Amino acid sequence: MTTPPENRHIYTVSQVTREIGVIFENTFGMGVWVEGEVTNFKAASSGHFYFSLKDSAAVLVCAMFSRANRELKFKLQDGIKVVCRGKIGVYGARGQYQLIVEQVEPKGIGARALAFEQLKEKLSKEGLFDPAHKRPLPFMPCRIGIVTSGAGAAIRDILGILKKGAPCVGVVISQARVQGEGAAEEIARGIEELNQFGALDLIIISRGGGSAEDLWAFNEERVARAVYASRIPIVSAVGHQINTSLADLVADLFVETPTAAAKIIVDKKNALLSDIEGLKHELGFAVAQTLSGLKNDLIALRQAIKSPLDRLHEKAQLVDDLAGGLTQHTRQLFNLTGERVAALIHRLEALSPLAVLSRGYSLSMLVSDGRVVKSSVEIKRGDKVKTILARGAFVGSVEEVIDEGKTVV
Amino acid sequence: MKEKQSFEDEIKKLQKIVEELSSGKLTLGEALKKYEEGIKLAQSCSQALQEAQAKVESLMKKDGKFSLKEFAGEEEEKA
Repeated sequence: MTTPPENRHIYTVSQVTREIGVIFENTFGMGVWVEGEVTNFKAASSGHFYFSLKDSAAVLVCAMFSRANRELKFKLQDGIKVVCRGKIGVYGARGQYQLIVEQVEPKGIGARALAFEQLKEKLSKEGLFDPAHKRPLPFMPCRIGIVTSGAGAAIRDILGILKKGAPCVGVVISQARVQGEGAAEEIARGIEELNQFGALDLIIISRGGGSAEDLWAFNEERVARAVYASRIPIVSAVGHQINTSLADLVADLFVETPTAAAKIIVDKKNALLSDIEGLKHELGFAVAQTLSGLKNDLIALRQAIKSPLDRLHEKAQLVDDLAGGLTQHTRQLFNLTGERVAALIHRLEALSPLAVLSRGYSLSMLVSDGRVVKSSVEIKRGDKVKTILARGAFVGSVEEVIDEGKTVV
Repeated sequence: MKEKQSFEDEIKKLQKIVEELSSGKLTLGEALKKYEEGIKLAQSCSQALQEAQAKVESLMKKDGKFSLKEFAGEEEEKA
């Protein structure tokens, strides 16, 4: 049935539009959460985002202005499932209702994995994972900090190993929830407070095994940045997972389990003790060498410097040697000469007149002057002549002189 | 636990003493003195590492100030 013209309430388009807006406000209030899949995403040159959220039966047009989308921690793209908070309103100029989005969160594993990858990329570009930024662990940590849950396997494992293997290491624990809402904030604050407290050589951030979901706090940006900003070196020991968390990537060192982190400290202590033993031995050996060397020097010097008595004995010995030699030579010389003398004597004897005499010859000499008579002219009749025979002699007087030439009868 | 000189410094000192002694250039008096010094260093380091009295504590912050409380294990988590 048509209403007669005078009974109709006639709205203008703008009025209708305004009314619709009011209805939306009344129904949805100033903010509403809507989940759906992103579709028709477009980022305008102005910086504003325009997209739609859809589910199996309907589509909701969305706009996210640059002021809001600047805060986005991940990139919106078609296909990902999200949860949006915003205000439902009317875009009068186009006669369209839309959701003005203030905040977006990824929903579901796929979306979260994507967000993770995007965050990882962002932090990597900023240099948070840069190996050059990583510090070497302290030579021997004397006092360490641990950020972990006060209950739970991680702290129990770490303390157990330290107590047994390196009870010299002091521990300061900053307790934090390691999963669930607000865990990331507590972990980050724990790291910051331990840094403020100071006097620590190393910090371990840790939690025991769990699902990827359970470990998610260690993938939060807040934690990653706190690890990067830490002045004290950090070892990350998160879960027994295969995938590394962002905290692992930023840390100065990451290990697979809390146990492994504690073992590093115990190993350092044992290695140091063993090094010290080694050095003690080297010390002993070196000093023994030095002493032995000095002793040898002393002996050598003593040899070089002889006492006057020793020198005297040496000289005496030398004299004896020489004398002995002299005697021997002299004796030899004598023997030789003796032989020669004997030989000469023999020759002499052979030449001796006495030897001649023994052959029958005799020697006559004048008694008066002892002259040996060699010629008949030297004697005359009546001279007394002594004749020497080989044995004995006789005296005679000359009876007759016979001159040379005249034969003897 | 020793605070004054780090382990690293002490070990370096000890290594230097061993080098000096090995050089054979020391007099008897110097050698014995260095040996004694080295042994003392080694002993004090070893002893510190073999101590077993280190504390395990919880960090508390109240009114902007830090304090330490003995850690008993299985405690309540920070609120």
